[in-house]
Amino acid sequence: MATWIEACAAEDVENEDLIRFDHNEQTFAIYRSPDDEYYCTAGLCTHEEVHLSDGLVMGHIIECPMHNGQFDYRTGAPRRSPACIKLKIYPVKVENGTVFIDIGEPS
Amino acid sequence: MTANAADKRDYSLTGPNSGPGFTPSEWYSSRIPRKRLKELMKRSDRPSMVNYSIWLGFVLALGALLIVTWGTVWAFPIAILYGVFYGSGADSRWHECGHGTVFKTQWLNNFFYQAASFMSLRNPYLWRWSHTRHHTDTVIVGRDPEIAFPRPPSIGVWISNLLYIPALTGELNKMLKLSFGKLTEEQKDFLIEADRNKAFWASRIQLAILVSIAGLSISLQSWLPLMLVGLPTFYGSWLHHIMATTQHAGLAEDVPDHRMNSRTVYLNPFFQFIYSNMNYHVEHHMYPMVPFHALPALHEEIKADCPLAYPSLWAAYREMIPAVLKQQTDPNFYIKRPLPADAMPTPDYQRPVLQAAE
Ligand code: FES
Repeated sequence: MATWIEACAAEDVENEDLIRFDHNEQTFAIYRSPDDEYYCTAGLCTHEEVHLSDGLVMGHIIECPMHNGQFDYRTGAPRRSPACIKLKIYPVKVENGTVFIDIGEPS
Repeated sequence: MTANAADKRDYSLTGPNSGPGFTPSEWYSSRIPRKRLKELMKRSDRPSMVNYSIWLGFVLALGALLIVTWGTVWAFPIAILYGVFYGSGADSRWHECGHGTVFKTQWLNNFFYQAASFMSLRNPYLWRWSHTRHHTDTVIVGRDPEIAFPRPPSIGVWISNLLYIPALTGELNKMLKLSFGKLTEEQKDFLIEADRNKAFWASRIQLAILVSIAGLSISLQSWLPLMLVGLPTFYGSWLHHIMATTQHAGLAEDVPDHRMNSRTVYLNPFFQFIYSNMNYHVEHHMYPMVPFHALPALHEEIKADCPLAYPSLWAAYREMIPAVLKQQTDPNFYIKRPLPADAMPTPDYQRPVLQAAE
């Protein structure tokens, strides 16, 4: 079942960048791509649970700050080791300048 | 007098100290505004292309000169220079490309990573994972597979390691064993299953190249082919290792603060070029996302929060040598780096494994 929650203002995330968003016990990463689309993944790297929000967005890739593992944040797919396990991704919508994420059904 | 057995720490990755290290959030990082950090982390092919073209240009030109002067007295100094560019230059570049930060274009990182791994006779997969662990658990006893100078350090091993000869024969040994699909228990501790086959094949390919070069040398009845490929790693890596020894030797173990377990040393431009700016080692460990060409700028950004950088290689050795001698009898001794008055202190810490043992 969809569970939409308000994550941040759209302008809180710079173009080609990400921010961290914590909700209850969970932590997420909210991305804004170079083509101004918004995405959301789990906030911690699947390799050693480091916050991805300190990493670097390059195009549609997020590079983890710890060992430079990479993921495609649109699909969560790992792109360079030591990142080997897929990141969970969450549906996103932007309404009236606010970013909402659906934390009900990650894929 | 030497240290007694009770003072010796177990550095193995499968021994009593192999319990958990510190969590990522426990490691100290100097604060940098996100905007500035993003500028520093930014990838670009251009500065790296210039650096790598100069490096490769020297390797090729000196290699050609070695062929031309072979059999004359000029071959000797040229071989020394060629060896430094080949062996020492490749060793730092293997490391940088392993982090994937050198080039914006990923295939260039991968290409130079494989090439420089061969030139330093390292298995690209084994070392990628070992180095990953080194960054997670920098100088954490029982966790870090890359602690080069366990305490009490053996002076003989220490001096021979400076020239990297025992480590290189160790790498050849590893290459042979990996070619036969054999891993030690320690290697299994950090090399993931998915990359083991790749590691075996990489070693087989490296070994096949070396055997072919040796075969060429035999058929030509000349050392020249081996002097150009294979042997330069042995006779040319010394400069890299004289610089790399300063990275962590004699400093604190088991502390989640790179300012305490790593050194930043100012070097002359030639050494810094060969060493790919790895003399900014505190900076590299604190922010491994920052490419080598931006490390001097990162240093400027955080130096007020770090111990004073060593003014020269000699200054670092002047501190390390007495410390290593003292560790012969007192393995608990280490160099405590003083922080500037305005720097953030090292946070309180205690390793979970040691807490549990109390
Ligand atoms: S923690 Fe992200 S790549 Fe290692």
